[in-house]
Amino acid sequence: MTAATFPEWRGLPLDDIVMRCRELVEDTDFPTVRRWRDGGGKVVGHFQVYFPEEIAHAAGLLPFKVRGAPVEPTQADSRFGSYLCSIIKTSLELALSGRVQLDLFVTHPICDAARNLAGVWGRNVSYPCRILYLPQNPNSGFAARYLRDEYDRVRRLCAELAERDVTDDDLHRSIAVFNENRALLRRLYALKRERPWLLPVDEGYVLMAVGGLVPREEHNDLLRTVLPLLEARTLPRRDQIRVILEGGFCEQPPLDLLRAIARSCYVVDDDLLIGLRWLMEDVPQAGDPLQALAESYIDRSAHSPVQHDLRKPKDRMLLERLDQADAQAAILMAAKMCEPGLEELVVHTRALDSRGIRYFVSEFEENMTSFDSLEIQLETFVENLVFD
Amino acid sequence: MTTEIQATDIVGRGNDTGARLFRQWFEGLTAAANEGRGAAYVFVMGSLCELLRVFDFPIVFPEINSLQAAVRRVAAEYLNEAENYGYSPDICGYVKADVATQLRGGAHPMGKIPKPAIAIATNACNTYIKWGEIWERMYGMPLFTLDIPGSRGAGLASPPGGEDFERDRRYVAAQLEELIALCERVSGRKFDIDRLREHLGWANELNQGWQRVLELNRSTPAVFNALSDGTIYLGVANGFRGAPEGAAFFNDLVREMAHKAERGIGTPVDEKWRLIFVGVPCYPIFRRFSELFSDWGGVFVNSTYLWFASGGANLGFHYDLQRPLDSLAEGVLLGVRDAMDSMFFQTKALVQMVDDYGADGVVFHPIKSCRTVSTGLADTRRALMAQRDIPSLFVESDMMDKRVVSEAQMKNRIDAFFEGLAARRHQAAATPV
Repeated sequence: MTAATFPEWRGLPLDDIVMRCRELVEDTDFPTVRRWRDGGGKVVGHFQVYFPEEIAHAAGLLPFKVRGAPVEPTQADSRFGSYLCSIIKTSLELALSGRVQLDLFVTHPICDAARNLAGVWGRNVSYPCRILYLPQNPNSGFAARYLRDEYDRVRRLCAELAERDVTDDDLHRSIAVFNENRALLRRLYALKRERPWLLPVDEGYVLMAVGGLVPREEHNDLLRTVLPLLEARTLPRRDQIRVILEGGFCEQPPLDLLRAIARSCYVVDDDLLIGLRWLMEDVPQAGDPLQALAESYIDRSAHSPVQHDLRKPKDRMLLERLDQADAQAAILMAAKMCEPGLEELVVHTRALDSRGIRYFVSEFEENMTSFDSLEIQLETFVENLVFD
Repeated sequence: MTTEIQATDIVGRGNDTGARLFRQWFEGLTAAANEGRGAAYVFVMGSLCELLRVFDFPIVFPEINSLQAAVRRVAAEYLNEAENYGYSPDICGYVKADVATQLRGGAHPMGKIPKPAIAIATNACNTYIKWGEIWERMYGMPLFTLDIPGSRGAGLASPPGGEDFERDRRYVAAQLEELIALCERVSGRKFDIDRLREHLGWANELNQGWQRVLELNRSTPAVFNALSDGTIYLGVANGFRGAPEGAAFFNDLVREMAHKAERGIGTPVDEKWRLIFVGVPCYPIFRRFSELFSDWGGVFVNSTYLWFASGGANLGFHYDLQRPLDSLAEGVLLGVRDAMDSMFFQTKALVQMVDDYGADGVVFHPIKSCRTVSTGLADTRRALMAQRDIPSLFVESDMMDKRVVSEAQMKNRIDAFFEGLAARRHQAAATPV
């Protein structure tokens, strides 16, 4: 076991823990990855949205969520054309600039830009770059079987990298760790939903996002510590509207943008880093672990604009999220040049119109630094709602 | 004298017949729309026309409808209409032109497009699936997503017969069975495997013809321009896949191109430069775009477009009619996978193309509308130049949206490219061996 990659939060009061998490999430040098490697560990970088991290974990590797960063893509820019979202470029920049050293990179064809990543990345680094074809037809009766075999391919790849076997028992142990993590994240989101004044969206976000940067056991320790502290908080309940936030499934809005939103609204549910919460229930810990992971992906999972599932029409899923969170309005965001996100805006606005629910629409970029105008627009939106 | 008479009869026949077939196709679609018949909406990468024809669906290729709107210079109206509906200027122009076509009740410059009764979208392009979701919401008809696993990395395409390939093939085969059941339900017709054999047979002739036509363009001078003529042939390869007209067209086209190759007959352009095209053409100024190259004696001898936009027909895959369903699964998997490879892992294929076709230069044309094709082109260019000492041009525009097409800037870049080619040739001639 490698030494702790993120010990800075231990022994601190809640506000300081949140601050340390924020610093880590905003640190574009990714110190936890460096520490893991310094301890002799290997790292599997996986691009948004979802990756079965349990498999890498079972091999003793660090699964690292590649989600871009607020950096200038000075080297990556020359590898791409124009009209692309920022996360594609900044993710590659992390690799080219040496900010993040990986031993394996896995991407998924979540969108037309991201599906090019394995090719571009592979031409520019010396470690293997692979595509994991998660099923785009989860409604096929054969999809779970296919996915199980894909996961077996990932297992072989990770075993080769780790130079050790990855047994079913290893996988069961990892699934248990991740099940606990999922339960803790569900508790975090329940708190946002039930007592949102105790957990502003930006604070909830950093506490969750740390999970993509550290071994999951460490994240579990963190959440186990902070959840009781959050629940015992005595922050005043303010007269703010309850909203859901959509549009954070891939490129992440800057933390300052989330803070600006938190000043006006209680975000009671969102799709930020939805991949970390993709499996909505515990994965069964008996039988074939790969089959269990595959079936969980197919049948017990969240939704996003980049997965087509006949059981999850996008308009209905938005309204369900809104109803389940007892939200009054929605903030709909799309990353600039994000095709799936921009297309979803049309679906979502029409669905909300059909129910007469108010919404606020905006585009964002992970590198944006000015939020004044957006905050004023948002405040106006909220005031309109409050005084209507 | 006999040769001259034959040449008059045969040369240019493919272009004329292709244009006629296109008109016929759209006349058929107009008739279907007027009769209220529901169509099968499909895409060029994995259309499955061979199978859908068994159920007598009129076949609609929304990508082709959209590019036709651009070629006929009315795309701007369609794009504006879709943007007024709510779609962003930053998404695929093909999608928006189709949304406007649907909002107009199928009104299209080439006729009337029937509404969809079913849509099949492969995962070769993610926008296919998002596009299909639009029809799902508009019409409540079924969208079938046919999931085709691609290569897991550069050079990692699993070979047929191997265990990894078999896993993928079984997944595709299982989905095809599910699709057949859906087609039966939607069309009200029973699946007839003998009719499938018939359509696969015609697809075999088309596949082999397409592969041969591409090979024949290795001739000097090139027997057709891959950008202009090639787009016509590509349209037939898609729209008439699995149909007798498609088979006949490509049999005739092979004869025409072989005839030209044997006699050294090239395109109408005095060929000075043999070029390879990478990307999607600039349809809003299609003729002019082509002329910007042909005015300098540039002839496109091949393109990745003719590979991926034919759904991998360039492989010349031959369906085994003794085991049609298994073979269909194998052919679709190989074809669509190859189409994806020729977009995402194209360096090796480009190097081969440069060598086989004796190319003087490579033109990369990324477009705003299509991130599938365009995202990796700058990096591919770097990789190609690292492996071959060949001049290349990188010029961006769009396949639909004239707002991002700057003809004057494009001409400057293209002129400079040819001047560079000429200087390089002069220098090579002046350099003692």
